[in-house]
Formats: sequence, C-alpha cells, structure tokens
Amino acid sequence: MRLVVNEPQAFRFEVNRAALVDPAIHELEQRRIFDRCWIYVGHESELAAPGDFKTRLVAGRPLIFCRNGENQVRVFLNTCRHRGSLVCRSREGNAERYTCFYHGWTYDRDGALYAVPGQSAYPPNFDKAAFSLKAPPRVEAYRGFVFLSFDPDAVPLYEYLGNAKEYIDLVIDQSPSGEMQVIQGTQEYDIRANWKLLVENSFDDYHLLSTHSTWLDYLKNSGVEMKRPEKGHMLPAHGVGKDLGNGHATTDNVNFRGRPVARWIPIYGEAAKPELEKIRAELVARLGEARAARVADTNRNLIVFPNLVIADGSSVTIRTFQPLAADRMRVTAWALGPKEESATARAVRLDSFLTFYGPGGFATPDDIAALESVQQGLAAFREVQWSPMSRGMAKEGEQLNTDELHLRAFWIQWDKLMSQ
Amino acid sequence: MGQADVAITRQEVEAFLYEEAALLDAWKLDEWLALLTADAYYRVPSNDRPESEPGGTLFTIADDIARIRSRVARLKDRNAHAEFPPSRTRRLVTNVRILEKQPLRVEANFVVYRYRSNDDARQYVGRYRYVLRKEDGRLKIAGREAILDAMELASLGAVSFIL
Repeated sequence: MRLVVNEPQAFRFEVNRAALVDPAIHELEQRRIFDRCWIYVGHESELAAPGDFKTRLVAGRPLIFCRNGENQVRVFLNTCRHRGSLVCRSREGNAERYTCFYHGWTYDRDGALYAVPGQSAYPPNFDKAAFSLKAPPRVEAYRGFVFLSFDPDAVPLYEYLGNAKEYIDLVIDQSPSGEMQVIQGTQEYDIRANWKLLVENSFDDYHLLSTHSTWLDYLKNSGVEMKRPEKGHMLPAHGVGKDLGNGHATTDNVNFRGRPVARWIPIYGEAAKPELEKIRAELVARLGEARAARVADTNRNLIVFPNLVIADGSSVTIRTFQPLAADRMRVTAWALGPKEESATARAVRLDSFLTFYGPGGFATPDDIAALESVQQGLAAFREVQWSPMSRGMAKEGEQLNTDELHLRAFWIQWDKLMSQ
Repeated sequence: MGQADVAITRQEVEAFLYEEAALLDAWKLDEWLALLTADAYYRVPSNDRPESEPGGTLFTIADDIARIRSRVARLKDRNAHAEFPPSRTRRLVTNVRILEKQPLRVEANFVVYRYRSNDDARQYVGRYRYVLRKEDGRLKIAGREAILDAMELASLGAVSFIL
C-alpha cells in the first residue's frame, strides 16, 4: 500500500490516512521506526545524584533511567531476568539496589544480579553473571539529552542528530554554564489521536491563526505588539520551515510572542524587566550581539525524528510521546531552563510556559481538541483516503513556517523507514 | 474587612462552596469571577508534584487574577475549541474542613464529572485547598488550588475547563 505520494515535479504530496488509523501500520511502525531510530529517554539533569532513578515507558518498553554509584547515567529494561516482573515500580526515587518483590532477586545499580534467594537450588551451571538487568543495545547522549536505540547497528547518535544539533545548541546557549536543567513538575496526558498528528501539530504554524485565535487575542489584550503580516505571510513575524535531514525538521521564527530569554513582553510584568535586561546583557557579553539575538529573538520548534519535540518558544518545553495504539498516545512534557537561572527568571520562565503550553495552557488544549477531532474524522479514511501536504511546494527557495516543507521532511523519512 | 469572621461555621463555608460549584457547572463564569478577591489565584499543580510552589515547579495551571480573567474571557469565546461546545460538568464537593480561621483555610474533596459528545465520561478526583476571606461581610475566594489524585493526567487529558 502506498502511504506517501511525493511527486515534486507535479507539486503533489499526499499522505494516506490509513497511516494514521490502521492498527497493522501502527504495529509495523513499532518495529520499523521505534526499534531502529534513536529514541529520547530523558535528560541527565533529571537524575541529580548517584542512585537517582526514574521509571518510564519508552518505545513500548518499561525502562529504568538511573545513575549508578559512580554517578554515570544508566538505562535498563525494567524486567526481572527471572519471571519478568518490573524490578522497580516507583515513578522515581533513589535506590541502593533494585529488588524484584516477586521472588526477591536483587540487582545493583549497574544492573548486575546481586542476590538470588535460595540460590543453592539452582543447578551448578546457573551463572549469576548471565542474568544482569538487560540494557538497550545502544544508549548515547548529546549535551544532556539521553537517547537509546534498539538497533545495535544504528549510526552513532551524534551522526543521527546531524543538523538538528545546531538547534539543540541554540537552546543550550541560553545557559551561561552550558547546562540546562529539567525543572520539576511533569505534564503527562493522553491524546486520543495518532502520534504523528502531534509531530505535525508541534511545528505546523499554519494552524496558529485558526486554532489559537484565543491565545493571540490574549497576547494582544495583554499589550503584546502584533505587527500586520508582511505580504504573502500569515503571521506577525517572519518565520521559515527547514528540513534538517534524517527526518528532523524545525521552524525558525522571528519572535513576536515574548521569551524568558530574553525578550520582555508586558505579560511578564514591569518587575521582571531589569532581570530580563540582565539576562540579555549576559548573552551579549558571552555570545556577541549576533548569536545573542539568534538565541533570544528567534523561536524554534524542533522535531528530532521520530518523537521528540523541543519547542523553544514562550518557554522551552521538551515533549515526547509514546504511541499506545493507532489512535492514542501518551504525551510527557517538561520545562527546561538554565541551571543557574535566578528565582525571578525561573518564575517568569514557568509562568510564560503556562500561557501557551500544557494541558491547562491557553493553546495546547485546543491542539489536543484539534488532533482528536482529526482522529474522529479519519474514521472515514476508506472513503476519503488522502490528505494534501503540498503548501510551499511550488515556491523557489525559502519555505515559510506556514508552508509544509518541514512536515513533508518528517513524512518522507517515515515513509522511507516503513518501506524497508 | 480582609479578616475572616472567627465565628464562621462549616455550614456557612459549605453553602458558599456549593454555590461556587453550581456557578461553575452552569458556566456562569462572570458570576464566578465575582466570587474572587482582586488578588486571587487559581492553581492546579502537576500530578507528580502536588505540594509545590509555582515559582520553581511546573504546574498545570498557575493563574493570578489577571490570568484568571483572561482564562474566563477565553472560555467564553467560541474559538476556545477545547471547550466549544462547553463540556457538561457536575461537581460533588464533600468532606469540607476548616483548617484554620485566620486566615480562613478550607479543604474539601471533589469529584468533577465531565462529559463531551463522543467521549467517555472523565472523572477528575481530588481536593480543593481554599483561602477564603470576608469582604463587606461576604465570603470571597482569595486562593483556590485543585489538587488531583491521579498519578498522571493520562486519560483525563487536558484541564481545559475550570476545575
């Protein structure tokens, strides 16, 4: 079955709606996408001390994301080598060892099998060393972002990320020390829609005016300046969509919506102005005018293929989502901020986050409603089979954030991996 | 003014909370706004950090009064797609306890049932934590926190209405 039609000469790009509905395709993409790509696990800053752990579901597998006694980050499959039970059932904490409560097998923080109750009953060929907690074949990190791959032959993460690294670096440049930190407080919610719809939605600026008019009204009514769009544009500021290769893609927009680093808007309050000026001055001193402006005056929503979004907009949010079924995903979202940021700056960052993002924000709930509405409409996929995705295709050169080049980049890679 | 009546009774507080619940269930949001003080806040903490302050922890909702008013303005707009048409909600407020009288701190349990077309009923269960204050002889809400019991929002999805 043809799932993506890409005919650049004919200006034709269409996605087969079965790709968003069919349970067989959902099953296949678990193997062909999620078992082959680098998949985001978590951020090193979530684990502050030796022994800290988080448990989470990644690519359908239960994982322990933790630090060992030497403070190194480790990732284990959270399943006892004896009968398979979860060896760690807490969401988070600090552990000296992991004990499976079923028969009491105990593992140390490097995953080694430490103790087996009644071990003498096993035959002499029973070797504890053969029953360590299993780790995914590959675990690598880039600047604090930890990924795994279930493909032992995957290219190194550094190579996989390719041009997306530049956009991760831009986020990290907010921090004077080069260290960003996941802030406590996790937003975890389900959307009754296919996960690829959230990929699209996360950086499709075409929907901004119609889906988020109440958010734009809120900005306007709060005194945020909104210029009239230039000719041929839909939004108050210039923005482009970029294909970064390997299925990664991003928007890259001149900011109009305010940024905790470091573009003040009236919503932040007069009291925060000097703090933002200080942040700005530090950026300029450290990075120079041009790079500081790049960091502070642009906002970028980056997709790291397949299921990591780093949105550096009204705040920084890391968002990843696990497909639970063809028509359901679990979203986990965090806020990210410079490690050394002052209490005032941190409060502005989190407040700004909530104006747009998250299940209680002024925009995300409407995105969720849109995606769920799409999924309901897709029930007619046998009769209405194709969705056009050709915005910008006939243009030479620059593609706008309201065009669909960046969406196509994702789908082309998806289709490529699904076909081999 | 500004001080709670030390003689306040639980019955009086309950009557007030029931009235508030009725206004929210009826989507009489302007009338609900009139129950708030000029410095009121409304918060829903993240499920995994139920006991936190919004300055250093990511919340689901952390509104000051200006943001609450904007939230209401948004919810009254038919372009607030998550709540258009508005959900039907029914809230049961129980186990009301006065924890402290000056300032007047009240906790109560809640179940909010939420219904939308073509969607399963969702049950938001948790407790409210109020700071109430008397102004001109009438109880007002100076602070309102809705703390969900669910370990994660999961199938509850968004908190797009006023919880």
